[in-house]
Amino acid sequence: MAISQAAVGRGVMVTGRGRSPAAAAWRRLVASPAARAGLVMAVAFVLIALVTPAVHVYDARTDADLTLRLKPPTAAHPFGTDSLGRDILVRVLHATRVSLGLAVSAVAVATVIGSALGFLAGYFRRQVDLVVMFCMDIVLAFPATLLAIAIVAMIGPGLRNSLFAISLVSIPAYARLSRGAVLALREQEFVLAAQGLGCSGQRVLLGHIVPNSLPPLIVQTTLSIAFAILEAAALGFLGLGAQPPTPEWGAMLADSYKYFTSGAWWVFCFPGVAIMLSVLGFNLLGDGLRDALDPRLGRG
Amino acid sequence: MRRYAIRRSLTVVPVLLGVSLLVFSFVHLIPGDPALTMLGERATPEKVAEVRVRLGLDRPIWQQYVLYVGKVLQGDLGVSIVRGDPVATDLLRRFPATVELAISAIVVAIAFGIPIGVASAVWRNSLVDSLARLGALTGVSMPIFWLGLVLAWFFGVQLRVLPTGFRLESGTTLVPWTNFVVLDAALQRDWSALVDALRHLVLPALALATIPLAIIARMTRASMLEVLSREYIRTAEAKGLSRSAVIVRHALRNALLPVLTVIGLQVGHLLAGAILTETIFSWPGIGLWVYESIESRDYAIVQGVSLFIAVIVVGVNLLTDVLYAAVDPRIKYE
Repeated sequence: MAISQAAVGRGVMVTGRGRSPAAAAWRRLVASPAARAGLVMAVAFVLIALVTPAVHVYDARTDADLTLRLKPPTAAHPFGTDSLGRDILVRVLHATRVSLGLAVSAVAVATVIGSALGFLAGYFRRQVDLVVMFCMDIVLAFPATLLAIAIVAMIGPGLRNSLFAISLVSIPAYARLSRGAVLALREQEFVLAAQGLGCSGQRVLLGHIVPNSLPPLIVQTTLSIAFAILEAAALGFLGLGAQPPTPEWGAMLADSYKYFTSGAWWVFCFPGVAIMLSVLGFNLLGDGLRDALDPRLGRG
Repeated sequence: MRRYAIRRSLTVVPVLLGVSLLVFSFVHLIPGDPALTMLGERATPEKVAEVRVRLGLDRPIWQQYVLYVGKVLQGDLGVSIVRGDPVATDLLRRFPATVELAISAIVVAIAFGIPIGVASAVWRNSLVDSLARLGALTGVSMPIFWLGLVLAWFFGVQLRVLPTGFRLESGTTLVPWTNFVVLDAALQRDWSALVDALRHLVLPALALATIPLAIIARMTRASMLEVLSREYIRTAEAKGLSRSAVIVRHALRNALLPVLTVIGLQVGHLLAGAILTETIFSWPGIGLWVYESIESRDYAIVQGVSLFIAVIVVGVNLLTDVLYAAVDPRIKYE
């Protein structure tokens, strides 16, 4: 693992045929059909999230039309309409920005805070390590979904509070991972050499250890986005995430699930498929990245 | 082994104290005056003051925490703001429904997950393996509340073969002895109630089992692949043992150890997942209770259930580690 981390992180090693390690990892990634599928799906959802608001103006407050209530899919409304007569396709597309945006933002916050805590714990060890990892163990004692639900139930529903809760429950994974990476790297010769040359602790950490710890963190980030999409949808479904009429996949399922007995399958089918495909995409990409960034961790 | 068990158990004490501190702080996360938030804007100042005293919010924060831990140690998880009932009593009354659902789910997950994982490893890189791997990845990518909805719609509404809510048909009378409906029906030899209870269990258990099933299948595959590459497997094959004997007696028995840990780790997922599954299937366990109490802002219940589940998770993790050490003598406390 150390060689490939060093290779990808620092760009100091080259493969036998003279390619840069990053290019070699990219080639390995796109050579796997599963990873390719994951990449296409993840990129497609990101594009939908970015492009939809730019090409289609949508006001969720004025979208209801009760004359079109619960209409099955037709050419005019390919995904049908919901209980308020709103076009489900339009809402699913616009919800991509909300759901994916929430997941990506939460993971970004968790990555920065969790990795920083892990790097500090691993590098300084002793009391810092003890305190940081103790806090992480406490958070890990709770099932992530339960803790996120409990926190948002307390601080109140809404997107910002969901972001806070999802970030918080995602932090320990990063802290553990980056701490582990530091502990493995701090005894490596290039780190000892940097220390021997008189580099400051900050320089050793930021210039040598952090860049070499990036590959596992990249993999974790991709998998965390998948997890965060599921968490955001769960909070939305319980009425704790995005509030009506904001389109969000989980909240759309919460609106629609009371209608499943009436046979209106389309109201809950499409938001659920969107959640599943986006999560599957990021999971496939994460698995592919793990294999590509460290071939020795391959699937056997 | 005993030394390991004692030392591992001692590490649980500070974690439980930390867990209690976090759950205690929940009520202080409520924006503004927690008592006013719980009672709503129309509450009289007298009522708000009464709830503040009842929650101990009029005391210094450290006293509140000491009081909270003291009460928890005596089994007092507070009182429901809405109904006035003790949280611990209601929790214990509802918990069997959740346990029944969780056990059914883990049985389904193990019964399907391990054979799928073994088949996937034995026929590595075959069509079976590819399908199993894709299925497992889809399983972990599935929002369980959505899968629950799809199952309820398909089997309950379209095919009308299975019930989509509650633990028994309305009108079925069963004296609650243990609050485990399946067990009660079996103990009372009420076979029609037993069949009814099992039919009600199928869909929620399937929905809740999906993610653990996928995780167990993935772990079994990885663990089997590692064991199958060991030399003693080659030796067993060289001795002329049949392929099935090598796989079951030599490989699977050794590969199951890490799978045990993963199964232990699923307990937390099952209890948290129950909140979503029970909501879809109107299953009267602690999950549905949490959902209802979030809607009615009954924070004492959310707090009590969170602490209860966290303690169970910590306990099960401890038990898994100790069991693992008992089975594998190489494990020592560092």
